[in-house]
Amino acid sequence: MKINKITILREGINSTFQDLGRSNFYHIGLPFSGAMDKRNYLIANKLVGNKNNEAVIEFAYQGPLIKIQDGNINFAVSGDINFNIKKNGKLINGDCYKTYFLSKNDEIDIVSTNNSVYGYFAVSGGFELKKNFGSFSTTVRASVGANNGNKISKNQNFIINDFGNKYIDKSLKYINSKIEYIRILKGTNFDYFFEQSIKELISKEFIVSKLSDRMGMRLQGPKIKNLKEINIRSEGLIKGLIQVPPDGNPIIMLSDHGTIGGYPKIGAVISADYDRLIQIPSRKKIKFKLIELKEAEKLYKLYQMETENLLNQI
Amino acid sequence: MIKNILNLGDAALYCDFGNKVDQKTNIKVIKYFENIKKQKIYGINNLTPSYNKLIISFDLNILNFTELKKKIEDIKVSESDVKQNQKIVKIPTCCDDEFALDIERLSLKLNLTKKEILEKYFNKEYFCYMTGFIAGMPFLGDIDKKIRFQRLDTPRVKVPKGAVGITEQFTNIYTFESPGGWNILGRTPIKIFDQVREKQPTLINPGDKVLFYEINKKEYLKLNENK
Repeated sequence: MKINKITILREGINSTFQDLGRSNFYHIGLPFSGAMDKRNYLIANKLVGNKNNEAVIEFAYQGPLIKIQDGNINFAVSGDINFNIKKNGKLINGDCYKTYFLSKNDEIDIVSTNNSVYGYFAVSGGFELKKNFGSFSTTVRASVGANNGNKISKNQNFIINDFGNKYIDKSLKYINSKIEYIRILKGTNFDYFFEQSIKELISKEFIVSKLSDRMGMRLQGPKIKNLKEINIRSEGLIKGLIQVPPDGNPIIMLSDHGTIGGYPKIGAVISADYDRLIQIPSRKKIKFKLIELKEAEKLYKLYQMETENLLNQI
Repeated sequence: MIKNILNLGDAALYCDFGNKVDQKTNIKVIKYFENIKKQKIYGINNLTPSYNKLIISFDLNILNFTELKKKIEDIKVSESDVKQNQKIVKIPTCCDDEFALDIERLSLKLNLTKKEILEKYFNKEYFCYMTGFIAGMPFLGDIDKKIRFQRLDTPRVKVPKGAVGITEQFTNIYTFESPGGWNILGRTPIKIFDQVREKQPTLINPGDKVLFYEINKKEYLKLNENK
């Protein structure tokens, strides 16, 4: 049987293998991890004909430069991504949400994301990797997951599982939607903060700091002032929670967050807006809107239906 | 025994056992955690016990806050179930100057000699309240009242793997190199979290008893698993 193999000529930024994440390990300190933008992750896998929990390469701002070392690959890129393909020596502009079939010595150069953070590279058949704690998802901070818990690095080779070596011609018309506000619910320590600070949280703009990563999104803007207690007893966290440390600059917990923490929680980003939250690049503005739990639940159902509809179009 | 259940975002329950931080409260949290885990309720995807709270996160495609709140309220854990574990984990710790990063400062602030601090710290049974923040990090207590001290004003950017620290009534072990603000007394050569042992990756679990004992540098180097 022919072996399909790729080589990483440039690793890109924070390129890791991700799937749907791992559950039931918060109590030992392992975060959920998994693809940051679940919708784009699911679309990429569906385009190349994989089951919905196959590992893909996730990258931030810039993706890898990949060479086909041996055999063939059938791949798709999802997100808002600028990439080029070198096929039989000819350079082609790549389109997101479309499959391509490449052969030995062809290359894929994932140059950059456009006004967004994360993108996905999926191959038919998936990568030959080992699961750790039931998932391929890489949690770099705990050295857990595929690729021995490490980021993908230059000169690494990866084998692609057998997929029949045929072109699977699929595409989807989709534009990543932007929303004006990120909607939030009240946090469990909402009443720890000054009324003025709460007003500012939901009326003023914040800037995403460049210190943001898969663990957390740090914000800069009006200082959120605490009137009660600066530290609370450490307790469990979930993704989307907005913690306010003593310096008054909010931090939103993202997929690789520490499982427990001791800063007061002013709010929580609703599940329906998470995929769009994490796509806001550093130095860009972010605005919040406070809503109620029932509305958040309804918005999630809607978002899920939209995702299902998109997947059904493939 | 749960005093109050609130929503934490739209996909988690915040179960509040009160504001006390003591073993009695924490054992209740752990018993609820174990009981709920055993029931394998479809849709729950994580349980996080801490000193006096239990966070239950769930898949919003399968459950919602109101439904799960009802289910959890119906669970009865009786006081008699609240028994302590008998397991004692022993942790060798080396306090050579190169590992005891904060002992001189503590000695000055606490007005105790290095020897007095370590005598009060070692060979006492501590209780594991919870594990987390970073994979496998145990939060243990309570340490002797005379050696309690607040965390560093400016946390270290990197605390080495295996560092043993104290703050307030608690002591912990840095299972990975990580930022952190605890006062470092020494370093253990033992691997506390092992990602290869998937069935039981953590050496110390909530409810366990932990005892630290002192070793010298030679013994440390012989035992070192944190290379």
